[in-house]
Amino acid sequence: MIISVILKKLKNAFTDLLPIILVIAFFQIIVLRQPLPQMGEVIFGALLVVAGLSLFVQGLEMGLFPIGETMAHALARKGSVFWLLVFAFALGFSTTVAEPALIAVASEAAEIASSGGLIDPGKASLDQYAFGLRMSVAFSVGLAILIGVMRIIRGWPLHYLIIGGYVLVMLMTVIAPKEIIGIAYDAGGVTTSTITVPLVAALGVGLASSIRGRSPLVDGFGLIAFASLLPMIFVMGYGFIVFG
Amino acid sequence: MEFIYSFSKILLATCIDVLPIILLIAGFQLLVLRQPIPHLSRLIVGGVYVVIGLALFLAGLEKALFPLGKIMAAQLSDPVFIYGTEAIVTVSDWKAYGWVYLFAAMIGFATTIAEPSLIAVAYKASEVSAGTISQWGLRITVAIGVAFGISLGTFRIITGTPLYLYIFVGYMIVIVQTIFAPKSIIPLAYDSGGVTTSTVTVPLVAALGLGLAATVPGRNPALDGFGLIAFASLCPIITVMGYAQLMHWFTKRKIKLMEKSNAL
Repeated sequence: MIISVILKKLKNAFTDLLPIILVIAFFQIIVLRQPLPQMGEVIFGALLVVAGLSLFVQGLEMGLFPIGETMAHALARKGSVFWLLVFAFALGFSTTVAEPALIAVASEAAEIASSGGLIDPGKASLDQYAFGLRMSVAFSVGLAILIGVMRIIRGWPLHYLIIGGYVLVMLMTVIAPKEIIGIAYDAGGVTTSTITVPLVAALGVGLASSIRGRSPLVDGFGLIAFASLLPMIFVMGYGFIVFG
Repeated sequence: MEFIYSFSKILLATCIDVLPIILLIAGFQLLVLRQPIPHLSRLIVGGVYVVIGLALFLAGLEKALFPLGKIMAAQLSDPVFIYGTEAIVTVSDWKAYGWVYLFAAMIGFATTIAEPSLIAVAYKASEVSAGTISQWGLRITVAIGVAFGISLGTFRIITGTPLYLYIFVGYMIVIVQTIFAPKSIIPLAYDSGGVTTSTVTVPLVAALGLGLAATVPGRNPALDGFGLIAFASLCPIITVMGYAQLMHWFTKRKIKLMEKSNAL
């Protein structure tokens, strides 16, 4: 029984990875016509990926999804909008500030900014710039989840807020320094980490299903959309202040 | 031995990643809600699975996929491969990069299918919609969007056209679609833009972008290397809404045809 469940999970994970294997094989064999370097390492790595992915999905079903929904229900039952909003902000801020992808992108952005002569090349000012970037992204993700939860409580239609956000992004693009725009646009995509997304999705759906008159499908989704929109605006704002 | 070292390093990094979430949840349960957590043991086992699974996944990626992806991105954008000569080319010809566009599209598609965040959101969406939105339907639609987005993004890097023009046009399309798309799909479509780009896609795609910007004549990695991720988060919104509109239209037509045949 357990073995068949494990086999099924492994098979699903393998199906998920099959496209990548096919693409790489096709390009190596037919287009580039070069042998794969370190074949053994690659196969070992691929096996790790399959095992890791199946464990991850199993863990989602057992751990992250239930806790996200339980907390959303409990907070909604408690009826305190204040604590719900505090929780939303803290969830967004704390999960983003330590996000490895963001740390990497921020330090890379600092190097590019200093090589472009925008900030002092000294290490202190580099670190300060990267830290400021990380803080503005983390703050904006916290705020985004907060606004998103607010929207679920009030039942505001999502598209007005998002389109409003788009207009703001375009306006900021006009006034922001050219060097920050590429990084700002990318910052929207990298903020939502693999552990945050399931938790935030469970929070939204759980909240929408425990508030009367909200539909989980229409109102439960949309939190991640805010979390990828607001950082763009904030990073451009940060660039505007720093490079002014 | 070396592997055990690198794996424990990744495991530690994942734990640090999870730590704020654990503190937040524990703090809220104990201080604000003041309730014991239901099914605690199941939760802990699940949480351990998530951390170990993610660490294994990342270790495997680092060992297998990332080096491979980087080598391939470098080989494909190598001027010798593209122009077939050793001579230094000063002006880029966007038509010569056919394989790069194809590689960008295919790797975008393939990595999106394997993206854990998208798997999680697709799972929730199918649960919430009671199966109307199928997991694979959503994942493939999003993957097609990412494929198109990254392919377009490489085209932008090669031609050196400004990023904001593309994004502006993309926003316009999204706004027009929002007016016509079935209301129930809109939040999910907006969300699918953000979830596509995480663990798997970002490092591979960033390597491709920076590699291209470094080898295409006349491009500056600092200015042109970024932006692929922005495309990969915008295009899925368009394809998911487009797919929903298409399905909506088909169902409507079917109903109309049935009414017609009933009338006869």
